[in-house]
Amino acid sequence: MERTSIDLWVGIFVALGLTALLGLAMKVGNLTTSSIGETYTVSANFENIGGLKPRAPVKSAGVVVGRVSDIKFDASTFEAVVSLSIDKRYAFPKDTFANIYTAGLLGEQYIGLEAGGDELSLANGDKIMQTQDAVVLEKMISQFLYNKASEAPTDTATKTESPSTKSEDDALGANPLDAITQTATP
Amino acid sequence: MTVNTAAQNIVEINNLSFGYKGRLLHQGINMVFLRGKVVAIMGGSGTGKTTLLRLIGGQLKPSKGEARVEGQVVHHQSRDGIYKLRRKMGMLFQQGALFTDLSVYENVAFPLREHTNLPESMIHDLVLMKLNAVGLRGAHKLMPTELSGGMARRVSLARAIALDPDIIMYDEPFAGLDPISMGVICDLIRTLNDALGATSIIVSHDVKETFAIADYVYFVANGVVAAEGTPDDLRNSTLPFVHQFVHGEKDGPVPFHYAAGDYAQDLLGFENTRQGA
Amino acid sequence: MIRFSVLVSLTRMLRNIGHGFSNRILRLGAGARLFGLTLIYSGESFRRFHLTIREVYFTGVMSLIIVLVSAFFVGMVLALQGYYTLQKYGSSEAIGVLVALSLIRELGPVVTALLFAGRAGTAITAEIGLMKATEQLAAMEMMAVSPIARVIAPRFWAGVIAMPVLAALFSMVGILGGYIVAVPLIGVDAGAFWSQMQANVDWRLDIVNGVIKSIVFGVACTMIALFEGYDAPPTAEGVSRATTRTVVTSSLAILGLDFVLTSFMISM
Repeated sequence: MERTSIDLWVGIFVALGLTALLGLAMKVGNLTTSSIGETYTVSANFENIGGLKPRAPVKSAGVVVGRVSDIKFDASTFEAVVSLSIDKRYAFPKDTFANIYTAGLLGEQYIGLEAGGDELSLANGDKIMQTQDAVVLEKMISQFLYNKASEAPTDTATKTESPSTKSEDDALGANPLDAITQTATP
Repeated sequence: MTVNTAAQNIVEINNLSFGYKGRLLHQGINMVFLRGKVVAIMGGSGTGKTTLLRLIGGQLKPSKGEARVEGQVVHHQSRDGIYKLRRKMGMLFQQGALFTDLSVYENVAFPLREHTNLPESMIHDLVLMKLNAVGLRGAHKLMPTELSGGMARRVSLARAIALDPDIIMYDEPFAGLDPISMGVICDLIRTLNDALGATSIIVSHDVKETFAIADYVYFVANGVVAAEGTPDDLRNSTLPFVHQFVHGEKDGPVPFHYAAGDYAQDLLGFENTRQGA
Repeated sequence: MIRFSVLVSLTRMLRNIGHGFSNRILRLGAGARLFGLTLIYSGESFRRFHLTIREVYFTGVMSLIIVLVSAFFVGMVLALQGYYTLQKYGSSEAIGVLVALSLIRELGPVVTALLFAGRAGTAITAEIGLMKATEQLAAMEMMAVSPIARVIAPRFWAGVIAMPVLAALFSMVGILGGYIVAVPLIGVDAGAFWSQMQANVDWRLDIVNGVIKSIVFGVACTMIALFEGYDAPPTAEGVSRATTRTVVTSSLAILGLDFVLTSFMISM
């Protein structure tokens, strides 16, 4: 085979490979938005961040405006300190609200920013004062069950008039699941 | 050793021993190769003739003694030094050893491209000259797989002389060739040697062809030089080994049988081991 | 008498184990030595870079068809299997992420390397083994040309260049195959397919790590193929055995290295 045609084929081959890599980076890896050029960093304290991880997206109105750059634990306040790198193009008022949301029921967690009405904007190194913790699913369920359990005996008592003194007494200490089965099978 | 003899002897082998895995192949070999001569090393198969060529080329290191090329001890050289010496050597391998992925032309051009910075037009002329010398100028476009054994060896010879070497080494140049090709190669070795003013070292066991062109012959047997002399000397030699070799007799100092124990004992021994098992 | 023969066979067994073990260590050492020499002679071979380009053609371009076709099918199967499981949990949109991540992080580099070992690795071993058997390497040595600089190093660098290129193409074509099954055939929303993928594939953690993996596999695969060829006994049987060993050793090395690299990358 002639050297020139080999050169041509190898050139095509390498070019194809670079295109594939570029395609992966742009179309699949979305390099364009994940590597934000100029950023400024603000921090926010949370009592509980749930499953939030570094590099999780920071969204406002559903649009990615930055990334979680760092998560630390503050031993004096026993809170999580989350650093957010936000794109320089977007300025947020000082009283912006930071929430930890979950994408879908079981999806990954991200930070949602809700803009306030302050005249002044957040600058590099500022702190977001108003935050809302992650919703921890187990906590939510147990709270729900606790509520159910505490109201369950009255429900069943009025409906069936069964001798439910036992359940009334033990309602608080009882296994919430018992309460559920009781309500579910009247 | 005087300067004069060093200039005369292009290659010298002094008291050289070589062996591997505890088996000594050579035990104190002495040889001298005079400038401009065709010298043959002969001996039976497996007597380490090819190994001698490799020792001269520096591909192997002797266990004892030395091989000198142009007065320099080969195995004392650095890699660059050995490569420098090798540029003065050309070698024809047993099967030709042509590069199968290159054409005949590129095979002959190979040493020129590797060791010189000649322009393409010059390489073209040189390659065709060398191929013409072996009579294969017309075959320069062929691939090695398209050549017959004799042609492949001639191309290999053209490649070996591409850089006009001082020493040309031939490893079994006649083995496996038809009589015509053999005659052609035979003739080429002599004429190229004289035309280039080179020294040829032939390793062979073909008595007739070798004696026809060699100026001097060394016989190697049992790791030593068993006999040496001009072809005429050796033809009339009364040494039993040389006589057996030159005239191709079946039995003699070189026994027909490989060293073995008593024949009857071997046959009976089989029965014994069977019973023992 | 019987006890004695048991002892004999036991010592023979131990001796065989010891022999096999020390043999492997020796070969490993010889392989490492060839690797070192290859690196040392690389500079010499880079001066004649068209030799490397030529080998990229033979190892890379010639492997394109098998790699691309395999990638397409692997992508399609991934999408089918992924959909089958994901739709049970009502998250069939995540199929894009599944296909992309499995290809970029694992299957792209690993399957490409396995195919490369079978397609290009065996060719390299057989070629070098035959060059050795026909004394071409010795002839080169005698012409004062280092076979390592002229034959080994260009093939080595060609393999190292070709592997990441092939792996990137594998991932890209695999994702395309996954897309074709997921979107037009199954009916997953195209927007969801791409956006889920983009939201979850990270440039550095996934793509760059995948490329690093394929470069390491390229080094290992090519070096094993070269060493087996260079070390092969100069007979027809020797070369054929060496070719088999190339496939076996490369495959094991790829999978072993994959585990090591993955655990490093995850812990980092």
